[in-house]
Amino acid sequence: MATDVITRLDPASRAARRGLSDLTIRNLFIIPTILFLIVFNIFPLLYSLGYSFTDFRASTNAPANFVGLQNYRELLNDPFIWNNFVITAKYVIVSVAGQVIVGFGVAMLLNRDIPYKGLITTLLLLPMMLSMAVVGLFWKLLYDPSFGIINYALGLGTFEWLANPDMALYAVAITDIWMWSPFVMLLSLAGLSAVPKHLYEAAAIDRAGPLYTFFRITLPLVAPILMIAIIFRTMEAFKTFDLAYILTSQPTTEVLSIRLYKMAFQEWQTGRSCALAYIMLIVVVAITNIYVKYLNKVKER
Amino acid sequence: MRRKLAGIVAGIGFTLACGTSAFAQELTIFWAEWDPANYLQELVNEYEAETGVRVTVETTPWSDFQTKAFTEFNARGDAYDMVVGDSQWLGAGSTGGHYVDLTDFFKKHNLGEVMAPATVKYYAEYPGNSGKYWAIPLEGDAVGWSYRKDWFEDPKEMEAFKAKYGYDLDVPKTFAQLRDIAEFFHRPDEKRYGVAIYTDNSYDALVMGVENAIFSYGGELGNYETYEVDGYINSDKAVAAVEAYKELYQFTPPGWAKTFFVENNQAITEGLAAMSMNYFAFFPALLNEATNPHAKNTGFFANPAGPDGDQFAALGGQGISIVSYSQNQEESMKFLEWFIRADVQKRWAELGGYTCHAATLESEEFRNATPYNEAFYQTMFKVKDFWAVPEYAELLQQINQRIYPYIVGGEGTAKEALDALAADWTETFKKYDRLK
Repeated sequence: MATDVITRLDPASRAARRGLSDLTIRNLFIIPTILFLIVFNIFPLLYSLGYSFTDFRASTNAPANFVGLQNYRELLNDPFIWNNFVITAKYVIVSVAGQVIVGFGVAMLLNRDIPYKGLITTLLLLPMMLSMAVVGLFWKLLYDPSFGIINYALGLGTFEWLANPDMALYAVAITDIWMWSPFVMLLSLAGLSAVPKHLYEAAAIDRAGPLYTFFRITLPLVAPILMIAIIFRTMEAFKTFDLAYILTSQPTTEVLSIRLYKMAFQEWQTGRSCALAYIMLIVVVAITNIYVKYLNKVKER
Repeated sequence: MRRKLAGIVAGIGFTLACGTSAFAQELTIFWAEWDPANYLQELVNEYEAETGVRVTVETTPWSDFQTKAFTEFNARGDAYDMVVGDSQWLGAGSTGGHYVDLTDFFKKHNLGEVMAPATVKYYAEYPGNSGKYWAIPLEGDAVGWSYRKDWFEDPKEMEAFKAKYGYDLDVPKTFAQLRDIAEFFHRPDEKRYGVAIYTDNSYDALVMGVENAIFSYGGELGNYETYEVDGYINSDKAVAAVEAYKELYQFTPPGWAKTFFVENNQAITEGLAAMSMNYFAFFPALLNEATNPHAKNTGFFANPAGPDGDQFAALGGQGISIVSYSQNQEESMKFLEWFIRADVQKRWAELGGYTCHAATLESEEFRNATPYNEAFYQTMFKVKDFWAVPEYAELLQQINQRIYPYIVGGEGTAKEALDALAADWTETFKKYDRLK
């Protein structure tokens, strides 16, 4: 009987009975998928890597000339590009830190018995379901110094958020925090609900204070899942484009993706922009590796 | 069997023949999304009525215009038969092989004489003074100004202005007067502001605005023959002009750090500013009471003169080019022959298009047709343009990177910004072997 159940549930056996062998499945599904990935992912990746060593400009009919590492050398010696890196780093730190603090804080508040908890959680998730372009335009109106509700609510008069070079990056980061804190909150809630209750009961019996409980029980147990949220959000924040582009076009908010876009599609410096894309890729991979190593350490503890 | 095969082949041949014929009866012109494109569609409908050839004006928002056009060129696509491209595209369009050489067409129809000289120089010829033409001037345009006539003509305001500045309040004839008037009307407490200028640094908006000042102050972007820029873009005159532009920025409405044609028209329609800079092509909306409640009180003037009496304006507008990948180049040539006809140019002007046809431009009928046509006419004979070289986009990026932080952010001095820009541009021209 048990054998019969296994046979009925085993898809390979069912496929075999219908005449679909492992070989056929590989040929029909796996090989086309791999080919698709190679054609649309790997090939463009390698092709653009090739272009990054040339002076190719897509706006001309001139052939691409091999220039070796010149594009990389020029980019790494360009003070404007370094400035773009600094802006991006500042943005990533402010934005991700804000999301972790707000998201985790809200998750702590929601991780208790409160009425309409499900409804509140759902409503809090709404910002991250909206399109980036819509959020950008929406917040542009909110920040407007003449009729924006933010200045009205905070009594800031005609304070300029987006036109002020010193404030614009923070204004973009605040919008990003508003949009993506729910993501951190969701993951944190999952982590918090998985913390065994008996640990808190034991801490209560030992008369441990709330701070001790938080730092010794809650945070260590939620840390791995929080780290995953941080990894995701750091990668996304590093690549951010839409919000900064729509909200403001200040030099102080020109993150790397915007510079890359302008270089590739407004200035048509195709080879150079490919090199910048690879520099960005290397940085993202390096940051992610550092995070993953740290995540593994946190898990081991 | 043989008869059946012959029938199939004949059928395919007939279908292909019909298909080709039908295809040649349709032309597509690509342009940006704005009122002149709508006027052009109205005009080309008349071409269809006359010839049976349907012409569609396909548009895209200004922010995507360059990217979309060049993406299609780069792919050697034939989606568009003609494109109404920006003047600074001429270098990239011609040297990249994207535009059809119209030199013979130009000479055959004597367009160098028929069209206004500045429009021929900036919308059609590349390289400068080479006698090679790649476009037909289509939409003439330049940067001008609109203003609130009722504010200017209010007796109390006039009296107060004279008491403060010692001369009569009137349409500014010089940049100094423009600055005084902007300062006079700048009253944030009353939610009234002095002036609206271009500040958007993402394409050519801020640059066009600053050019208005640089050219009228007697400055130049560089030597267009030799590509020398040091001593031109950072000359004393250019420095004074950029300082003057920055001074105007302090009299703009709040949040005026990323503004272009939409916001500058809004400054008038919402009663925010006394004066507003904009392309002439956007002025029709200011005379429409449906879009501007102050339409009756809106006046227009040409870009004022600088301290030495020089008076120029930054050139807008576009020429129409045939895309070299088009399958309908002959049909497109026929369309252009129709378009340059004097009666068609007159009709183009009647519909709201800014003709570049010299005779039409100079006619009393055109100059009196709208309250801004006279200012437009005056302006079109004293316009100057940005670099039209293929690497213009890099040059635009560099000028934005240097002057925006100074004008909007108050960083450094105009001299420092322009010295740095001179170094950037010199390096770029060396990179492209224009300068040794």
